[in-house]
This record gives sequence, structure tokens and C-alpha cells, in this order.
Amino acid sequence: MPFRSSGRKGLPRTQGKDFIVAEKSGADILVECLIDLGVEVVFGYPGGAVLPIYDALFNHPKIRHVLVRHEQGATHMAEGYARSTGKPGVVLVTSGPGATNAVTGITDALMDSIPMIVLTGQVATQLIGTDAFQEADTIGITRHCTKHNYLVKDPGKLAGVIHEAFHIATTGRPGPVVVDIPKNVQVATAPYQKPEAFEHASYRPQIKADAKAIDTAVEMLAAAERPILYTGGGVINSGLEAARLLRELADMTGAPVTSTLMGLGAFPASSPQWLGMLGMHGTYESNWAMNQADLIVCIGARFDDRVTGRLDAFAPNSRKVHIDIDRSSINKTVEVDLPIVADVGSAMADMIALWKSRNHHKADLSAWWKQIDGWREQKSLAYPESATEIMPQEAIAQLYKATRSATDVIITTEVGQHQMWAAQHFGFDAPNKWLTSGGLGTMGYGFPAAIGAQVGNPDSLVICVAGDASVQMNIQEMGTASQYRTPVKLFILNNEYMGMVRQWQELTYESRYSNSYSDSLPDFVKLAEAYGWTGIRIEGPQELESGIRQMIDTPGPVIVDCRVAKLSNCFPMIPSGAAHTDMLLDPSQVSGSLSDEAKALV
Amino acid sequence: MHIQEELNERHVLSLTVANEAGILARIAGLFTARGYNIDSLTVADITTDHAISRITIVTGGPPKVIDQIIAQLERLVPVHKVTDLTEAGPFVERELALVKVSGTGEDRIEALRLADVFRAKVVDTTIESFIFEITGTTDKIDNFVALMRQIGLVEVGRTGVVGLTRGKEAA
Repeated sequence: MPFRSSGRKGLPRTQGKDFIVAEKSGADILVECLIDLGVEVVFGYPGGAVLPIYDALFNHPKIRHVLVRHEQGATHMAEGYARSTGKPGVVLVTSGPGATNAVTGITDALMDSIPMIVLTGQVATQLIGTDAFQEADTIGITRHCTKHNYLVKDPGKLAGVIHEAFHIATTGRPGPVVVDIPKNVQVATAPYQKPEAFEHASYRPQIKADAKAIDTAVEMLAAAERPILYTGGGVINSGLEAARLLRELADMTGAPVTSTLMGLGAFPASSPQWLGMLGMHGTYESNWAMNQADLIVCIGARFDDRVTGRLDAFAPNSRKVHIDIDRSSINKTVEVDLPIVADVGSAMADMIALWKSRNHHKADLSAWWKQIDGWREQKSLAYPESATEIMPQEAIAQLYKATRSATDVIITTEVGQHQMWAAQHFGFDAPNKWLTSGGLGTMGYGFPAAIGAQVGNPDSLVICVAGDASVQMNIQEMGTASQYRTPVKLFILNNEYMGMVRQWQELTYESRYSNSYSDSLPDFVKLAEAYGWTGIRIEGPQELESGIRQMIDTPGPVIVDCRVAKLSNCFPMIPSGAAHTDMLLDPSQVSGSLSDEAKALV
Repeated sequence: MHIQEELNERHVLSLTVANEAGILARIAGLFTARGYNIDSLTVADITTDHAISRITIVTGGPPKVIDQIIAQLERLVPVHKVTDLTEAGPFVERELALVKVSGTGEDRIEALRLADVFRAKVVDTTIESFIFEITGTTDKIDNFVALMRQIGLVEVGRTGVVGLTRGKEAA
């Protein structure tokens, strides 16, 4: 079908084939682009408005399509794939409900800066705006949950848009990009040539830092008596080299290192300079070190409210350097003394080079480390032992122990207590091995993310640490794992509660557990069997080690229903709106109610 | 518990953006999504090839918020440049209004006299009404409209502010 649009009138279509570059349908152009861009896997779900694209993908020799069970699953799989491989995740869904179901995953990718391209079908251009069957205003709906989005109305422009979409999704601060493609644009033909390298007219992320700012940062670091490196997901997004440079920077300066939830793995947990995660459920030593530091170097993190706690009490006596590729992250909530807009890898390389050329040496930070060792004495991650019940923290610790010998382990999580326990008690020594929903806090993320990570890393041991409630939010993807034989391990810490909701109700609402009990849970072992998986139940502490071993040794996908202590709380904890120094270390400090100001905070 | 509000500063922002479908929705939506104020917003394409539009936004907020608004606008892919005219140095701002006033006898004469003081032009007239065209700063138009209200204001249409920095250079 030749495409009729005002812009293409008068093209020499009828003058004979010699004058025209070979024409392809929009669907074929799209698939060509994906191949040119190195795409190997697409996570998707077919429907009326993407049938031409699915036909172009039929038995495709180069592009593998993973058929999901729900479009939200496709988006989280693409996120898991992207986060674990460093390549962008690609999603293909139909118009209307296909696109709206993808919105949560798109928003999640925006909050956590995950490169993702979501291709959505749309009703034919002449039907747009008529409330046609399965029509939704995808561009309008996704405008504020994407880094950018496009509606392509002309097959001649499709290739340029697809290449630009990948460029925008993967450069600068990465994020999701939606390309909405009407069905007639998929069918109509246009000439296709691989677009040449281009410079975008307005989008040019700043990679290289200002030299003067680097100079100042190096001198501040050299002069600091109580420095701390506060790192985040930006280090992981910047690439493996950035994680290596962070190690070098830490080694060179001798400064302690803490990280946000998103940054775990960028710096090895086995290093003596590692203080553990900071923030609401971070360690005592990391939060006190942030509070008492004279210099905070924030590298690819964004002073999120989970990290800062009460803003007017956050790190009151420190000078702050903030390196971020996104200028809008700087001075958004916390004002800093030295903003550096740059790719964190590039900025760290510059800092290291300058430090060396100035012949700076590791300062004597022994007094600072002595103070830190004092805070470490608190052993804030300690938990009560039990001979009769499995403590959830112990389950994670055992999981960590059992997988240490495995060469390559990827951990994903859902959202809630289990997520925090996994962050606290599982040690990560390499980037891209820890996949979790940080910014949006999406229950239902972890399990599909594990499938996506397994698709991208077929030889890795991929374990999703889940809660009994979260896991049910995308449990339908068990079928996807069965179909593609992805041997993911679903390790459920089953306490029969939405544990984090229950914990907040205990802390804030005098233990009125309104709707936080997981009633009518499925029998997870039978559920495993129903999907052709292996199901394992671990009921007591004596079964924990062997159960975990069995999970690891079982080929194929496995569900572990690990029955843990029902009323355990996640400590340490800085209640919403409290300062770092007001950390709760154990249940005895819980009063059962909070002020209205605190109640109003999330 | 009561919700506290912060003091606002008025800023005129001038943006050049790609003239593409949805750009205005992108910008207006950013303001609503992040809770920023828009006092006025004007948009029109400004290049011969119709590729670039200038958007002028009058907004308000504490200095920290204004800085964040600019950073958020710059983050939008089709935005070429954001200039805070209020911070960039001396600048000219103008707004155009059409003001319909009705009345007879002395009121009609007084309306014309005031229009003369404000250098407003009569662009339509009947026996009992005028439409005045007035350009100037927002304050000047506010004042003119306030005076006309006492005489017999019927309705007002305003364009919102456009502005440019003074001097020979582009902002």
C-alpha cells in the first residue's frame, strides 16, 4: 500500500523502478532498524494494531521474541534484561490496553533510569481521535512517564525515529522511550536506508565535566578530614569502567563508600572501605558517617527522600559535591557546594588523573575511620536468632552463603521488607547483578525482571527474592518462564503479610493491621507443579540450608516457599521525616504511633 | 497540621523549542506534574522554515524552584534553549490586550481620555462601546483594565507576555 500523505505527494512512484530505492513496509523497516541497532530480543504481546509487525517477526532468524503473559511483565523483563546486560530493553505491545498495561513498567524505567524502547501499535492515522476500537492516547498517557515519545505518521520517517529513540534511551541519563506506530504506517511502504550518524538538534547530554569544577573537587577531596563517597545507580548506568574507576578513586583517597539501593554492586561489599547501604534501611555506620562527614561526594545518586530523611537535619556540617549527568538532579532537594554536570565515569577519570598529576597522597583518615569503627560496633544489621522459626534475614544470609561459590549470580527483588533484607544481607561485589525497583517501588517488578535477566544471561544463576504478596502481582509470567525454559529461582520469603505495610502499621497506627494480611495465599508448591516447575517448601530453620541447596541444584525454574517468622520487622530504620541520627535499631524503640507530620510523609 | 506555602518570585522564561506536535502539552504538563505555576504562556513559530517556536512563560516560585523549573525544561528533548529573562539582565516585555468598554455620555468621553493617557488605540466602535487595543507591561494593562472596570468594562482578551533581552545579542 503506497502511503498517501501531503508531504509525499509528487514522488516519482510511477516513473519505473530504476528511480526508486527499494521500498519496504513500515513493519519491515522497523525490523530492519532493530537489526541495525543490534537488538537480539524483543519482549512483547501481539494484538490487532501490531499484527503487521508480528508478521514481519514470524520465524525471524535474528530477532528472538519472548511472548509474555501480560504487558507489564514485558516491560519489567526488558528492564531486567537492560540492567543486567547494559543493553537497552525492547518491548512490543499493541494499542489501547497493550499500551496502558505497559505504563507501570515505563514509569519504573523512568524513575530508575533504565534504557528501554517501547514500541506500541496504534489505530490507523485516519482513525486517531475517533474513539476507535482499542484506541488510547498513548502519546498523551506516556508523555510524562517517558524520557521522550513519538507518534510516527509516515513510514518514511520511521527509520529516523527508531534510531533517534534508541539514541535518546541509551545516552545521557538513560530512560524509556515510546514509539507509537499506527497500523497503516506499518503496512504502507517507503524507501529504507540505514540512517547515517546524526547529531540531534537539541538533545546533547553533557558527558565531560568542566575542568575547573574537577580541579575544585580534587582539592576538596585532598583537604577533607572526614570524606565519604555517596554513590548511586548512575555509576552502574555509566558502565563497567565507571565501577572500576570508583574502586580506584576509593582506593586512592581511602574514603569510606556508601551507596543507594540502586547503586549496590558498583563498589564491592567485601571491601573494608564499604559501609553498607545508606538511608531509611541503611546501616548505622553509613548514616552516621553521612551525618558527621565534612565532605560528601555524591556520584550518580540524587538525594532521594529515602536517603536523606529529614532534609534540615541531613549532613548538616558537610560540604557537598554532586556529580550527575542530569542537571535537574542537582540542587533539587539538597543544595550542594559544587555541582558537576557530567557522566560519572568521565568525571571520576578526570579526578583520578588530576589527583595523580598533583601528587596527592592518601590523607591520614585514621581518626575518621576510628569513629566509623565505633559506629560499626553497633552491628545495626544484627537480628534475633530463633531455633523454631526461620528469621527472614537468616534466609537471605544463607542464600548469600550458598551462592558465593557460584560464578555469576544475579539477584532481583520485588518490593517490601524482603527487598530491604536482601539489600542488607546479600553482599554484591560487581555491578549489574542487583536488579530492584528503587524509585517507583513497583511490586511485581522482580519476577519478570528475573526472566528478562535470565534471557540476557542464560548461564547465570538468577534468583528473584520475593514476598508472598509482591510475587502475586505478576505471577502469570510463570508461563513465560516455562515456555522459554528460563531456569529462574523464585525465592519467596513467606510471612503471610504485606510485611512492609504491616511494619508501618505497627510503627504508626498502633498495630491496626488494616488489609495487610495475605489471606487466601495459593499453595506455592502446587502452583509450581501446575506450571511444570519444581516447588520446594522450607518450613523450619533445620531445612533452610538444604532447601536452598536443592533450589540451586535443581535445573529449570523453581519456586521456594520459605516460611519465615511472621512478625519480623526490618531494622535499622529511619522513620519518615526523621533525621539520620534518630535511627531505630530494634523493636524496643518503637512507640506505635507517629505525629501527623510524620504520618503525612510516605 | 497545616500546609505551608512559600513566597514566590515572578520570572519570565523564554524558550526556543522544536515546533513539533505535542510540544506545548509537554511543557504545560511538566508544570502541572511538578506543581509549578504558569501565570501566562505564549507560543508561536519564529523561523522561516517553521522549525523553531518561541515559548514565553511567566512563572512564579522561590529561587530554588525557578532554578529547578529551568533544569526540568532543559531536560525535555525538543527544548533547544531556556533563558530566564528576569536573571539574564535588562529585557523588554510586552503584552497585548483587547479591552471592550461600553457606556454613553461622560463615561464614553472619559474612556477615550484614559485610553489616550495609556496610548491605547480604538480598533472597534459602536454608539455605545469601544474596543481598545493596548500594549505594554502586565502592570500597565492591569492598571488600564482596573480603570475601565469603573467606567463600564465588558470583557478583556490578553495575549500573555512576550519578551526579549535588550542589546544587540540574542539571549
